[in-house]
Amino acid sequence: MPRYLLAVNFESGVVDTPMEEWKPEEITAHLDYYKALNEELVESGELVRTEVLAGPDLAKIVTSDGTAPVVTDGPFQEFKEWLAGYQIVDVDSEARAIEIAARVSAVPGPGGRPTQQPIQVRQVMDEAPSDVAEMEGYLQTAGGRR
Amino acid sequence: MAGADLPPTVEDLLRDLAPQVLGVLGRRFGDFDAAEDAVQEALLAAATRWPADGIPEQPRGWLIQTAARRLIDHRRSEQSRRDRESRAAVLEPPSPDVPEQDDTLIVLFMCSHPTLTRASAIALTLRAVGGLTTAEIASAFLVGEATMAQRISRAKQTIKSSGVPFGMPTPEEQATRVRSVLHVLYLIFNEGYASSSGPELHRVELSEEAIRLARMVHRVLPDNPEIMGLLALMLLIDARRPARTTASGDLVPLTEQDRSLWDGTLIADGLGVLDQAMSKGAVGEYQIQAAIAALHDQAATAEDTDWPQILALYGLLDRMTGNPVVTLNRAVATAMVHGPAAGLSVLDTVDERLAGHHRLDSVRAHLLEMAGDTEAAFAMYRAAANRATSLPERRYLARQAARLKTSVHETPSRVDVRG
Repeated sequence: MPRYLLAVNFESGVVDTPMEEWKPEEITAHLDYYKALNEELVESGELVRTEVLAGPDLAKIVTSDGTAPVVTDGPFQEFKEWLAGYQIVDVDSEARAIEIAARVSAVPGPGGRPTQQPIQVRQVMDEAPSDVAEMEGYLQTAGGRR
Repeated sequence: MAGADLPPTVEDLLRDLAPQVLGVLGRRFGDFDAAEDAVQEALLAAATRWPADGIPEQPRGWLIQTAARRLIDHRRSEQSRRDRESRAAVLEPPSPDVPEQDDTLIVLFMCSHPTLTRASAIALTLRAVGGLTTAEIASAFLVGEATMAQRISRAKQTIKSSGVPFGMPTPEEQATRVRSVLHVLYLIFNEGYASSSGPELHRVELSEEAIRLARMVHRVLPDNPEIMGLLALMLLIDARRPARTTASGDLVPLTEQDRSLWDGTLIADGLGVLDQAMSKGAVGEYQIQAAIAALHDQAATAEDTDWPQILALYGLLDRMTGNPVVTLNRAVATAMVHGPAAGLSVLDTVDERLAGHHRLDSVRAHLLEMAGDTEAAFAMYRAAANRATSLPERRYLARQAARLKTSVHETPSRVDVRG
Protein backbone atom coordinates (compact mmCIF):
# COMPACT_ATOMS: atom_id res chain seq x y z
CA MET A 1 0.00 0.00 0.00
CA PRO A 2 1.26 3.48 -0.70
CA ARG A 3 2.90 5.42 2.07
CA TYR A 4 2.82 9.19 2.19
CA LEU A 5 4.81 11.80 4.05
CA LEU A 6 2.62 14.63 5.30
CA ALA A 7 5.04 17.44 6.01
CA VAL A 8 4.38 20.80 7.54
CA ASN A 9 6.73 23.78 7.55
CA PHE A 10 6.68 26.73 9.93
CA GLU A 11 4.53 28.41 7.29
CA SER A 12 1.73 29.85 9.35
CA GLY A 13 -1.30 29.56 7.07
CA VAL A 14 -3.92 32.24 7.73
CA VAL A 15 -2.79 32.86 11.32
CA ASP A 16 -0.24 35.65 11.78
CA THR A 17 0.00 35.57 15.55
CA PRO A 18 2.97 33.52 16.81
CA MET A 19 1.94 30.76 19.21
CA GLU A 20 3.68 32.51 22.12
CA GLU A 21 0.95 35.14 21.92
CA TRP A 22 -2.01 32.74 21.86
CA LYS A 23 -4.20 32.20 24.91
CA PRO A 24 -3.22 29.12 26.91
CA GLU A 25 -6.53 27.41 26.18
CA GLU A 26 -6.02 28.01 22.47
CA ILE A 27 -2.66 26.29 22.64
CA THR A 28 -4.24 23.43 24.54
CA ALA A 29 -7.03 23.09 21.97
CA HIS A 30 -4.43 23.15 19.17
CA LEU A 31 -2.34 20.40 20.75
CA ASP A 32 -5.36 18.31 21.74
CA TYR A 33 -6.52 18.38 18.14
CA TYR A 34 -3.21 16.92 16.93
CA LYS A 35 -3.22 14.39 19.72
CA ALA A 36 -6.74 13.21 18.94
CA LEU A 37 -5.96 13.00 15.23
CA ASN A 38 -2.82 10.98 15.86
CA GLU A 39 -4.65 8.66 18.20
CA GLU A 40 -7.28 8.12 15.56
CA LEU A 41 -4.59 7.27 13.00
CA VAL A 42 -2.91 4.86 15.42
CA GLU A 43 -6.29 3.30 16.04
CA SER A 44 -6.92 2.86 12.32
CA GLY A 45 -3.46 1.35 11.86
CA GLU A 46 -2.50 4.02 9.34
CA LEU A 47 0.09 6.00 11.26
CA VAL A 48 3.60 4.72 10.65
CA ARG A 49 5.51 7.49 12.35
CA THR A 50 5.15 11.07 13.42
CA GLU A 51 7.80 13.51 14.63
CA VAL A 52 7.95 17.15 15.59
CA LEU A 53 11.32 18.75 14.92
CA ALA A 54 13.32 21.10 17.13
CA GLY A 55 13.39 24.66 15.85
CA PRO A 56 15.74 25.99 13.19
CA ASP A 57 17.74 27.80 15.90
CA LEU A 58 19.29 24.42 16.68
CA ALA A 59 19.81 23.43 13.06
CA LYS A 60 23.22 22.79 11.56
CA ILE A 61 24.05 22.87 7.91
CA VAL A 62 26.75 20.40 6.90
CA THR A 63 28.60 20.35 3.61
CA SER A 64 31.65 18.37 2.67
CA ASP A 65 33.93 17.90 -0.33
CA GLY A 66 34.87 14.48 1.04
CA THR A 67 37.75 15.73 3.20
CA ALA A 68 36.91 18.50 5.67
CA PRO A 69 33.25 18.92 6.53
CA VAL A 70 32.00 22.46 6.94
CA VAL A 71 29.42 22.88 9.68
CA THR A 72 27.52 26.12 9.93
CA ASP A 73 24.79 27.16 12.30
CA GLY A 74 22.22 28.27 9.79
CA PRO A 75 19.46 29.01 9.47
CA PHE A 76 19.85 30.39 6.01
CA GLN A 77 16.37 29.67 4.72
CA GLU A 78 13.53 31.84 5.83
CA PHE A 79 12.09 30.60 9.10
CA LYS A 80 8.81 29.59 7.50
CA GLU A 81 10.56 27.38 4.95
CA TRP A 82 11.96 25.03 7.57
CA LEU A 83 10.36 21.68 8.13
CA ALA A 84 8.45 21.72 11.42
CA GLY A 85 7.25 18.15 11.61
CA TYR A 86 5.85 15.25 9.69
CA GLN A 87 3.67 12.16 9.72
CA ILE A 88 4.15 9.07 7.61
CA VAL A 89 0.90 7.30 6.89
CA ASP A 90 0.30 3.95 5.25
CA VAL A 91 -3.02 4.25 3.46
CA ASP A 92 -5.19 2.69 0.79
CA SER A 93 -4.96 5.59 -1.64
CA GLU A 94 -3.71 9.08 -2.33
CA ALA A 95 -7.25 10.31 -1.70
CA ARG A 96 -7.06 9.05 1.88
CA ALA A 97 -3.66 10.75 2.38
CA ILE A 98 -5.15 14.03 1.15
CA GLU A 99 -8.10 13.60 3.51
CA ILE A 100 -5.72 13.22 6.46
CA ALA A 101 -3.62 16.20 5.30
CA ALA A 102 -6.79 18.30 5.21
CA ARG A 103 -7.46 17.37 8.81
CA VAL A 104 -3.94 18.43 9.78
CA SER A 105 -4.31 21.73 7.98
CA ALA A 106 -7.58 22.44 9.75
CA VAL A 107 -5.90 22.40 13.19
CA PRO A 108 -7.45 25.20 15.26
CA GLY A 109 -5.47 28.35 16.03
CA PRO A 110 -6.44 31.53 17.90
CA GLY A 111 -10.18 31.84 18.35
CA GLY A 112 -10.60 28.22 17.30
CA ARG A 113 -10.17 29.24 13.67
CA PRO A 114 -8.49 26.62 11.44
CA THR A 115 -4.88 27.70 10.77
CA GLN A 116 -4.97 26.34 7.21
CA GLN A 117 -1.27 25.59 7.30
CA PRO A 118 -0.10 24.16 3.95
CA ILE A 119 0.63 20.44 4.20
CA GLN A 120 2.92 18.79 1.69
CA VAL A 121 1.69 15.36 0.62
CA ARG A 122 4.61 13.34 -0.72
CA GLN A 123 4.50 9.72 -1.78
CA VAL A 124 7.23 7.55 -0.30
CA MET A 125 9.01 5.52 -2.98
CA ASP A 126 8.13 1.84 -3.16
CA GLU A 127 10.60 -0.94 -3.63
CA ALA A 128 8.94 -2.16 -6.79
CA PRO A 129 6.05 -1.58 -9.17
CA SER A 130 2.85 -1.78 -7.23
CA ASP A 131 1.34 -5.03 -8.45
CA VAL A 132 1.87 -8.07 -10.59
CA ALA A 133 0.20 -6.58 -13.67
CA GLU A 134 2.38 -3.47 -13.47
CA MET A 135 5.50 -5.45 -12.69
CA GLU A 136 4.98 -7.86 -15.57
CA GLY A 137 4.30 -4.95 -17.87
CA TYR A 138 7.38 -3.18 -16.65
CA LEU A 139 9.61 -6.22 -17.09
CA GLN A 140 8.23 -6.77 -20.59
CA THR A 141 8.80 -3.15 -21.55
CA ALA A 142 12.10 -2.65 -19.94
CA GLY A 143 13.76 -4.62 -22.64
CA GLY A 144 15.61 -1.70 -24.13
CA ARG A 145 19.36 -1.46 -24.17
CA ARG A 146 20.73 -0.37 -20.85
CA MET B 1 5.92 -18.33 13.36
CA ALA B 2 6.46 -17.83 17.05
CA GLY B 3 9.89 -19.36 17.44
CA ALA B 4 12.35 -18.45 14.75
CA ASP B 5 14.20 -21.76 15.05
CA LEU B 6 11.28 -24.17 15.08
CA PRO B 7 11.82 -27.43 13.26
CA PRO B 8 10.12 -27.04 9.87
CA THR B 9 7.74 -29.94 10.52
CA VAL B 10 6.37 -28.31 13.67
CA GLU B 11 6.07 -24.93 12.02
CA ASP B 12 4.33 -26.30 8.90
CA LEU B 13 1.97 -28.35 11.00
CA LEU B 14 1.04 -25.46 13.27
CA ARG B 15 0.41 -23.11 10.41
CA ASP B 16 -1.72 -25.64 8.53
CA LEU B 17 -3.77 -26.28 11.63
CA ALA B 18 -4.18 -22.63 12.63
CA PRO B 19 -7.28 -21.83 10.53
CA GLN B 20 -8.91 -25.21 11.29
CA VAL B 21 -8.54 -24.66 15.02
CA LEU B 22 -9.84 -21.12 14.74
CA GLY B 23 -12.79 -22.41 12.75
CA VAL B 24 -13.74 -24.88 15.47
CA LEU B 25 -13.42 -22.27 18.22
CA GLY B 26 -15.25 -19.63 16.24
CA ARG B 27 -18.17 -21.95 15.66
CA ARG B 28 -18.27 -23.09 19.24
CA PHE B 29 -18.02 -19.69 20.91
CA GLY B 30 -19.35 -17.45 18.17
CA ASP B 31 -16.73 -14.87 19.07
CA PHE B 32 -14.19 -14.56 16.28
CA ASP B 33 -12.13 -11.90 18.02
CA ALA B 34 -11.60 -13.77 21.27
CA ALA B 35 -11.16 -17.07 19.45
CA GLU B 36 -8.45 -15.60 17.24
CA ASP B 37 -6.50 -14.32 20.24
CA ALA B 38 -6.83 -17.66 21.98
CA VAL B 39 -5.60 -19.56 18.91
CA GLN B 40 -2.53 -17.30 18.73
CA GLU B 41 -1.78 -18.13 22.34
CA ALA B 42 -2.22 -21.84 21.72
CA LEU B 43 0.12 -21.66 18.71
CA LEU B 44 2.74 -19.94 20.85
CA ALA B 45 2.36 -22.56 23.55
CA ALA B 46 2.76 -25.35 20.98
CA ALA B 47 5.76 -23.65 19.41
CA THR B 48 7.43 -23.65 22.82
CA ARG B 49 6.45 -27.12 23.97
CA TRP B 50 6.29 -29.39 20.96
CA PRO B 51 9.94 -29.14 19.93
CA ALA B 52 10.89 -30.24 23.48
CA ASP B 53 8.07 -32.65 24.36
CA GLY B 54 7.37 -34.01 20.90
CA ILE B 55 4.30 -33.49 18.74
CA PRO B 56 1.15 -34.76 20.52
CA GLU B 57 -0.72 -37.67 18.99
CA GLN B 58 -3.70 -35.45 18.21
CA PRO B 59 -2.06 -32.11 17.40
CA ARG B 60 -5.30 -30.55 16.20
CA GLY B 61 -7.18 -31.68 19.30
CA TRP B 62 -4.34 -30.43 21.52
CA LEU B 63 -4.51 -26.99 19.92
CA ILE B 64 -8.29 -26.86 20.13
CA GLN B 65 -8.26 -27.76 23.81
CA THR B 66 -5.44 -25.39 24.67
CA ALA B 67 -7.02 -22.52 22.76
CA ALA B 68 -10.44 -23.26 24.26
CA ARG B 69 -8.99 -23.27 27.78
CA ARG B 70 -7.31 -19.94 27.14
CA LEU B 71 -10.53 -18.50 25.84
CA ILE B 72 -12.42 -19.78 28.86
CA ASP B 73 -9.78 -18.41 31.21
CA HIS B 74 -10.09 -14.99 29.64
CA ARG B 75 -13.85 -15.15 29.86
CA ARG B 76 -13.71 -16.31 33.44
CA SER B 77 -11.68 -13.33 34.45
CA GLU B 78 -14.33 -11.18 32.81
CA GLN B 79 -17.45 -12.96 33.85
CA SER B 80 -16.86 -15.81 36.22
CA ARG B 81 -20.48 -16.80 36.63
CA ARG B 82 -20.77 -18.15 33.11
CA ASP B 83 -17.68 -20.22 33.57
CA ARG B 84 -19.16 -23.51 34.69
CA GLU B 85 -21.39 -24.22 31.77
CA SER B 86 -18.92 -23.08 29.12
CA ARG B 87 -16.12 -25.19 30.56
CA ALA B 88 -18.35 -28.21 30.36
CA ALA B 89 -19.00 -27.46 26.72
CA VAL B 90 -15.36 -27.00 25.90
CA LEU B 91 -13.84 -30.07 27.36
CA GLU B 92 -15.89 -32.36 25.19
CA PRO B 93 -13.96 -33.79 22.26
CA PRO B 94 -13.99 -31.58 19.13
CA SER B 95 -17.38 -31.84 17.50
CA PRO B 96 -17.19 -33.52 14.11
CA ASP B 97 -20.27 -31.74 12.76
CA VAL B 98 -18.42 -29.66 10.17
CA PRO B 99 -15.68 -30.94 7.87
CA GLU B 100 -12.20 -29.54 8.56
CA GLN B 101 -12.02 -27.92 5.13
CA ASP B 102 -15.08 -25.86 5.92
CA ASP B 103 -13.52 -24.48 9.08
CA THR B 104 -10.55 -23.25 7.07
CA LEU B 105 -12.87 -21.78 4.47
CA ILE B 106 -15.08 -20.00 6.99
CA VAL B 107 -12.03 -18.38 8.54
CA LEU B 108 -10.78 -17.33 5.09
CA PHE B 109 -14.15 -15.80 4.28
CA MET B 110 -14.22 -13.90 7.59
CA CYS B 111 -10.74 -12.48 7.05
CA SER B 112 -11.48 -11.15 3.58
CA HIS B 113 -14.92 -9.88 4.43
CA PRO B 114 -15.98 -7.01 2.15
CA THR B 115 -16.47 -4.64 5.10
CA LEU B 116 -12.71 -4.71 5.77
CA THR B 117 -10.20 -2.36 4.17
CA ARG B 118 -7.54 -3.98 2.02
CA ALA B 119 -4.87 -3.42 4.65
CA SER B 120 -6.99 -4.95 7.40
CA ALA B 121 -7.98 -7.96 5.34
CA ILE B 122 -4.37 -8.67 4.43
CA ALA B 123 -3.15 -8.38 8.01
CA LEU B 124 -5.96 -10.46 9.45
CA THR B 125 -5.56 -13.19 6.83
CA LEU B 126 -1.85 -13.49 7.52
CA ARG B 127 -2.47 -13.81 11.25
CA ALA B 128 -5.65 -15.85 11.46
CA VAL B 129 -5.17 -18.07 8.41
CA GLY B 130 -1.41 -17.89 7.98
CA GLY B 131 -0.60 -18.25 11.66
CA LEU B 132 2.02 -15.48 11.49
CA THR B 133 2.66 -13.34 14.56
CA THR B 134 1.82 -9.65 14.59
CA ALA B 135 5.55 -8.84 14.78
CA GLU B 136 6.27 -10.90 11.68
CA ILE B 137 3.48 -9.25 9.73
CA ALA B 138 4.58 -5.80 10.88
CA SER B 139 8.14 -6.37 9.73
CA ALA B 140 6.94 -7.67 6.38
CA PHE B 141 4.97 -4.48 5.81
CA LEU B 142 7.64 -2.15 7.17
CA VAL B 143 5.42 -0.74 9.90
CA GLY B 144 5.75 -0.84 13.68
CA GLU B 145 4.31 -3.73 15.64
CA ALA B 146 1.89 -1.41 17.47
CA THR B 147 0.53 -0.13 14.15
CA MET B 148 -0.01 -3.65 12.89
CA ALA B 149 -1.57 -4.77 16.17
CA GLN B 150 -4.04 -1.91 15.86
CA ARG B 151 -4.80 -2.80 12.28
CA ILE B 152 -5.58 -6.40 13.25
CA SER B 153 -7.61 -5.50 16.28
CA ARG B 154 -9.58 -2.95 14.32
CA ALA B 155 -10.27 -5.52 11.63
CA LYS B 156 -11.68 -7.87 14.24
CA GLN B 157 -13.77 -5.06 15.71
CA THR B 158 -15.15 -4.28 12.26
CA ILE B 159 -16.18 -7.89 11.83
CA LYS B 160 -17.73 -7.93 15.27
CA SER B 161 -19.72 -4.74 14.80
CA SER B 162 -20.87 -5.69 11.30
CA GLY B 163 -22.60 -8.69 12.88
CA VAL B 164 -21.30 -11.16 10.28
CA PRO B 165 -22.28 -14.58 11.57
CA PHE B 166 -19.45 -17.07 11.99
CA GLY B 167 -20.44 -19.56 9.35
CA MET B 168 -20.43 -20.48 5.71
CA PRO B 169 -21.87 -17.84 3.34
CA THR B 170 -24.94 -18.89 1.39
CA PRO B 171 -24.25 -20.70 -1.88
CA GLU B 172 -25.36 -17.57 -3.80
CA GLU B 173 -22.82 -15.46 -1.94
CA GLN B 174 -19.98 -17.92 -2.21
CA ALA B 175 -18.66 -17.00 -5.65
CA THR B 176 -18.28 -13.34 -4.68
CA ARG B 177 -16.75 -14.20 -1.36
CA VAL B 178 -14.25 -16.57 -2.98
CA ARG B 179 -13.21 -13.72 -5.25
CA SER B 180 -12.55 -11.53 -2.18
CA VAL B 181 -10.39 -14.28 -0.69
CA LEU B 182 -8.42 -14.59 -3.92
CA HIS B 183 -7.99 -10.85 -4.17
CA VAL B 184 -6.49 -10.72 -0.69
CA LEU B 185 -4.07 -13.54 -1.55
CA TYR B 186 -3.17 -11.73 -4.77
CA LEU B 187 -2.41 -8.57 -2.77
CA ILE B 188 -0.23 -10.51 -0.34
CA PHE B 189 1.66 -11.98 -3.29
CA ASN B 190 2.10 -8.49 -4.76
CA GLU B 191 3.65 -7.27 -1.53
CA GLY B 192 6.12 -10.12 -1.52
CA TYR B 193 6.82 -9.77 -5.21
CA ALA B 194 8.27 -6.34 -4.50
CA SER B 195 11.82 -7.41 -3.94
CA SER B 196 13.90 -10.49 -3.86
CA SER B 197 17.34 -9.61 -2.57
CA GLY B 198 19.15 -7.61 0.05
CA PRO B 199 17.61 -6.24 3.19
CA GLU B 200 14.02 -6.75 2.06
CA LEU B 201 14.35 -10.51 2.17
CA HIS B 202 11.47 -10.79 4.61
CA ARG B 203 9.09 -9.50 1.97
CA VAL B 204 9.92 -12.44 -0.27
CA GLU B 205 8.45 -14.69 2.38
CA LEU B 206 5.14 -13.01 1.72
CA SER B 207 5.13 -14.46 -1.82
CA GLU B 208 5.82 -17.88 -0.39
CA GLU B 209 3.12 -17.36 2.19
CA ALA B 210 0.66 -16.30 -0.51
CA ILE B 211 1.51 -19.44 -2.47
CA ARG B 212 1.10 -21.61 0.62
CA LEU B 213 -2.30 -20.06 1.35
CA ALA B 214 -3.38 -20.40 -2.29
CA ARG B 215 -2.47 -24.10 -2.13
CA MET B 216 -4.53 -24.34 1.05
CA VAL B 217 -7.54 -22.74 -0.64
CA HIS B 218 -7.01 -25.02 -3.64
CA ARG B 219 -7.10 -28.05 -1.31
CA VAL B 220 -10.38 -27.00 0.26
CA LEU B 221 -12.01 -25.94 -3.04
CA PRO B 222 -10.28 -28.30 -5.48
CA ASP B 223 -12.58 -27.69 -8.44
CA ASN B 224 -12.52 -23.91 -8.54
CA PRO B 225 -10.76 -22.77 -11.74
CA GLU B 226 -10.11 -19.23 -10.50
CA ILE B 227 -8.14 -20.52 -7.54
CA MET B 228 -6.12 -22.72 -9.86
CA GLY B 229 -5.54 -19.73 -12.11
CA LEU B 230 -4.27 -17.63 -9.22
CA LEU B 231 -2.07 -20.41 -7.86
CA ALA B 232 -0.63 -21.03 -11.34
CA LEU B 233 0.01 -17.32 -11.81
CA MET B 234 1.89 -17.09 -8.53
CA LEU B 235 3.99 -20.18 -9.26
CA LEU B 236 4.85 -19.14 -12.82
CA ILE B 237 5.88 -15.66 -11.77
CA ASP B 238 7.68 -16.68 -8.61
CA ALA B 239 9.72 -19.15 -10.69
CA ARG B 240 11.57 -16.22 -12.25
CA ARG B 241 12.42 -14.61 -8.93
CA PRO B 242 16.09 -15.76 -8.82
CA ALA B 243 16.75 -14.00 -12.14
CA ARG B 244 14.67 -10.89 -11.55
CA THR B 245 17.00 -8.72 -9.50
CA THR B 246 20.67 -7.91 -9.56
CA ALA B 247 22.79 -8.09 -6.41
CA SER B 248 22.27 -4.34 -5.98
CA GLY B 249 18.49 -4.76 -6.10
CA ASP B 250 17.87 -3.50 -9.62
CA LEU B 251 15.13 -5.22 -11.57
CA VAL B 252 16.28 -7.20 -14.58
CA PRO B 253 13.98 -6.97 -17.62
CA LEU B 254 12.71 -10.23 -19.07
CA THR B 255 14.88 -9.94 -22.16
CA GLU B 256 18.01 -9.78 -20.02
CA GLN B 257 17.20 -12.35 -17.36
CA ASP B 258 19.43 -15.40 -17.11
CA ARG B 259 16.78 -17.99 -17.87
CA SER B 260 18.91 -20.80 -16.50
CA LEU B 261 18.21 -19.35 -13.06
CA TRP B 262 14.45 -19.81 -13.42
CA ASP B 263 13.03 -22.47 -11.12
CA GLY B 264 12.05 -25.36 -13.39
CA THR B 265 10.16 -27.17 -10.65
CA LEU B 266 7.91 -24.19 -9.95
CA ILE B 267 7.34 -23.72 -13.70
CA ALA B 268 6.35 -27.36 -14.15
CA ASP B 269 4.12 -27.13 -11.10
CA GLY B 270 2.51 -23.91 -12.38
CA LEU B 271 1.97 -25.31 -15.88
CA GLY B 272 0.30 -28.38 -14.39
CA VAL B 273 -2.09 -26.30 -12.30
CA LEU B 274 -2.79 -24.03 -15.27
CA ASP B 275 -3.66 -27.02 -17.48
CA GLN B 276 -6.06 -28.23 -14.82
CA ALA B 277 -7.63 -24.76 -14.64
CA MET B 278 -8.00 -24.48 -18.40
CA SER B 279 -9.66 -27.90 -18.59
CA LYS B 280 -12.50 -26.48 -16.47
CA GLY B 281 -13.65 -24.32 -19.35
CA ALA B 282 -14.39 -21.15 -17.42
CA VAL B 283 -11.69 -18.58 -18.09
CA GLY B 284 -11.10 -15.79 -15.58
CA GLU B 285 -8.64 -12.98 -15.11
CA TYR B 286 -6.09 -14.97 -13.15
CA GLN B 287 -6.01 -17.84 -15.64
CA ILE B 288 -5.27 -15.42 -18.47
CA GLN B 289 -2.52 -13.70 -16.52
CA ALA B 290 -1.12 -17.12 -15.71
CA ALA B 291 -1.28 -18.15 -19.36
CA ILE B 292 0.72 -15.05 -20.31
CA ALA B 293 3.29 -15.78 -17.60
CA ALA B 294 3.46 -19.36 -18.88
CA LEU B 295 4.29 -18.22 -22.43
CA HIS B 296 7.21 -16.17 -21.09
CA ASP B 297 8.35 -19.03 -18.89
CA GLN B 298 8.31 -21.47 -21.79
CA ALA B 299 10.43 -19.34 -24.14
CA ALA B 300 13.99 -20.65 -24.15
CA THR B 301 15.26 -17.20 -25.15
CA ALA B 302 13.63 -13.77 -25.26
CA GLU B 303 13.56 -14.03 -29.07
CA ASP B 304 11.53 -17.24 -28.85
CA THR B 305 8.72 -15.48 -26.97
CA ASP B 306 5.35 -16.19 -28.57
CA TRP B 307 4.25 -12.55 -28.81
CA PRO B 308 1.26 -13.15 -31.12
CA GLN B 309 -0.22 -15.50 -28.54
CA ILE B 310 0.58 -13.06 -25.71
CA LEU B 311 -1.07 -10.27 -27.68
CA ALA B 312 -4.21 -12.36 -28.12
CA LEU B 313 -4.32 -13.03 -24.37
CA TYR B 314 -3.81 -9.38 -23.46
CA GLY B 315 -6.63 -8.52 -25.85
CA LEU B 316 -8.88 -10.92 -23.99
CA LEU B 317 -7.75 -9.67 -20.59
CA ASP B 318 -8.20 -6.05 -21.64
CA ARG B 319 -11.78 -6.67 -22.74
CA MET B 320 -12.51 -8.63 -19.58
CA THR B 321 -11.05 -6.18 -17.03
CA GLY B 322 -11.09 -2.78 -18.75
CA ASN B 323 -8.00 -2.05 -16.65
CA PRO B 324 -5.86 0.61 -18.38
CA VAL B 325 -2.66 -0.93 -17.00
CA VAL B 326 -3.54 -4.05 -18.98
CA THR B 327 -3.96 -1.84 -22.06
CA LEU B 328 -0.38 -0.64 -21.54
CA ASN B 329 0.80 -4.23 -21.57
CA ARG B 330 -1.28 -4.88 -24.67
CA ALA B 331 0.40 -1.90 -26.35
CA VAL B 332 3.80 -3.47 -25.73
CA ALA B 333 2.66 -6.82 -27.12
CA THR B 334 1.13 -5.02 -30.12
CA ALA B 335 4.45 -3.31 -30.80
CA MET B 336 6.27 -6.65 -30.62
CA VAL B 337 3.91 -8.17 -33.17
CA HIS B 338 2.89 -5.29 -35.44
CA GLY B 339 5.64 -2.75 -34.85
CA PRO B 340 6.00 0.34 -32.64
CA ALA B 341 3.58 2.56 -34.58
CA ALA B 342 0.73 0.13 -33.94
CA GLY B 343 1.72 -0.05 -30.27
CA LEU B 344 1.76 3.75 -29.98
CA SER B 345 -1.76 4.03 -31.33
CA VAL B 346 -2.97 1.58 -28.68
CA LEU B 347 -1.41 3.89 -26.08
CA ASP B 348 -3.37 6.85 -27.43
CA THR B 349 -6.55 5.13 -26.27
CA VAL B 350 -5.56 5.37 -22.58
CA ASP B 351 -4.03 8.86 -22.64
CA GLU B 352 -6.89 10.36 -20.70
CA ARG B 353 -7.40 7.62 -18.18
CA LEU B 354 -3.72 7.31 -17.31
CA ALA B 355 -2.72 10.96 -17.60
CA GLY B 356 0.22 11.63 -15.31
CA HIS B 357 0.90 7.94 -14.64
CA HIS B 358 4.61 7.19 -15.04
CA ARG B 359 3.94 3.82 -16.65
CA LEU B 360 2.19 5.47 -19.58
CA ASP B 361 5.21 7.72 -20.21
CA SER B 362 7.55 4.81 -19.68
CA VAL B 363 5.85 2.55 -22.23
CA ARG B 364 5.57 5.43 -24.68
CA ALA B 365 9.29 6.17 -24.28
CA HIS B 366 10.09 2.57 -24.99
CA LEU B 367 7.93 2.43 -28.11
CA LEU B 368 9.19 5.81 -29.37
CA GLU B 369 12.72 4.53 -29.06
CA MET B 370 11.78 1.37 -30.94
CA ALA B 371 10.36 3.66 -33.63
CA GLY B 372 13.66 5.55 -33.82
CA ASP B 373 12.40 8.84 -32.35
CA THR B 374 15.23 9.26 -29.87
CA GLU B 375 14.48 12.84 -28.96
CA ALA B 376 10.85 12.20 -27.98
CA ALA B 377 11.88 8.95 -26.24
CA PHE B 378 14.40 10.86 -24.14
CA ALA B 379 11.79 13.41 -23.06
CA MET B 380 9.36 10.62 -22.16
CA TYR B 381 11.92 8.62 -20.18
CA ARG B 382 12.75 11.74 -18.23
CA ALA B 383 9.10 12.55 -17.57
CA ALA B 384 8.50 8.96 -16.48
CA ALA B 385 11.51 8.99 -14.14
CA ASN B 386 10.25 12.11 -12.43
CA ARG B 387 6.90 10.52 -11.76
CA ALA B 388 7.97 6.98 -10.89
CA THR B 389 6.82 5.73 -7.51
CA SER B 390 9.27 2.86 -7.08
CA LEU B 391 13.03 3.05 -6.76
CA PRO B 392 14.04 0.37 -9.27
CA GLU B 393 11.83 1.93 -11.91
CA ARG B 394 13.17 5.40 -11.28
CA ARG B 395 16.77 4.19 -11.48
CA TYR B 396 16.04 2.28 -14.66
CA LEU B 397 14.20 5.18 -16.32
CA ALA B 398 16.86 7.69 -15.29
CA ARG B 399 19.53 5.49 -16.85
CA GLN B 400 17.50 5.14 -20.03
CA ALA B 401 17.18 8.93 -20.21
CA ALA B 402 20.87 9.38 -19.50
CA ARG B 403 21.76 6.87 -22.24
CA LEU B 404 19.72 8.75 -24.82
CA LYS B 405 20.77 12.22 -23.65
CA THR B 406 24.15 12.18 -25.38
CA SER B 407 22.55 11.51 -28.74
CA VAL B 408 19.96 14.25 -28.23
CA HIS B 409 22.25 17.13 -27.07
CA GLU B 410 19.76 18.23 -24.48
CA THR B 411 20.33 20.16 -21.31
CA PRO B 412 21.40 17.85 -18.48
CA SER B 413 18.64 15.78 -16.96
CA ARG B 414 17.37 16.81 -13.56
CA VAL B 415 16.53 13.25 -12.72
CA ASP B 416 18.07 12.07 -9.50
CA VAL B 417 19.60 8.63 -9.90
CA ARG B 418 20.86 8.28 -6.35
CA GLY B 419 17.64 6.75 -5.07
